[in-house]
Amino acid sequence: MDFTHLFAQLEATSLAQAISQSTWLFPTIETVHVLFLTLVVGTIMIVDLRLLNIASRNRPVSELTAEVLPWTWTAFVIAAISGGLLFSSAATKYIGLWPFRAKMVMLALAAINMAVFHLGAYRGVAAWDRAPATPPPAARLAGGISLAIWVTVVGMGRWIGFM
Amino acid sequence: MIKQFCDWLSATALCGLISNHYWVIPTVQTVHIVSIGVVVSSMAMLHFRLLGLAGRSQSIAAVAGRFLPWTWGAVVVLLCSGALLIIGEPSRELTSAVFWLKMELVLCALLLTGAFQAVLSRGHGFWERHRVFAGAVAVVSLGLWASIVVAGRWIAYMAHG
Repeated sequence: MDFTHLFAQLEATSLAQAISQSTWLFPTIETVHVLFLTLVVGTIMIVDLRLLNIASRNRPVSELTAEVLPWTWTAFVIAAISGGLLFSSAATKYIGLWPFRAKMVMLALAAINMAVFHLGAYRGVAAWDRAPATPPPAARLAGGISLAIWVTVVGMGRWIGFM
Repeated sequence: MIKQFCDWLSATALCGLISNHYWVIPTVQTVHIVSIGVVVSSMAMLHFRLLGLAGRSQSIAAVAGRFLPWTWGAVVVLLCSGALLIIGEPSRELTSAVFWLKMELVLCALLLTGAFQAVLSRGHGFWERHRVFAGAVAVVSLGLWASIVVAGRWIAYMAHG
């Protein structure tokens, strides 16, 4: 399947044209993107560090996720929309850059990791929700993988700007 | 004065090491961004608690005790990685008005956090009793940290005039 024409069409939309031709739109949208991705990554790290039994150990996992993840998702939606707008401004260029592709692969892996965790280890959370119980190996693994993935996502995102 | 300092920094071995390897700057920037993520998010969770938006089942002292050590740890990483970025490209940062604005904002945010913590550590549930004041501190602090992230990004756009 060749999606090149789709990216070319995206790039030709009036919104994408406005972003690429304006002097201030791209930097402004990018600033919004950076601001909200700091919240996405930081709040995910709060959960990951709990799963790894490193931080918030006296806080039940289910309460921690309930208090943190709504902010993560809100920030993620804003980061995804702003990121999509940035992408549209030069879609055919970005799609060819290896850090951009790597970042998208990493985001997909993050989604898979999250789904595996929720359908697997998290189902039995009642047994390890509270200290002194520690999260089982599968939960710790999910936390560690998530941490590594999100640091890589930030790194690849930064690398796009240096291509 | 600053010009001479930039020239001196540019001549250091560390600057040469950083600028001769294209991957060092983006790598250090990645560490810098992840660390600001830790600061912004730990501050946000504390401030959301002060505003009554999250974690209300815990006392302010308990929430602060959970998050503030991470904030300060990440601030140290930010200062170190930021120093490396300055050494790597001295004039990009030190001759930028946005950079100095950012430094002033950082100073304000750190002083505010220190003051908040000092009042908290005296006990007596000061922040629980003065909810409006606590909320105001939270809004100002969140605004400061958001401005720091914004200013950080704009150093790149306002470079060299």
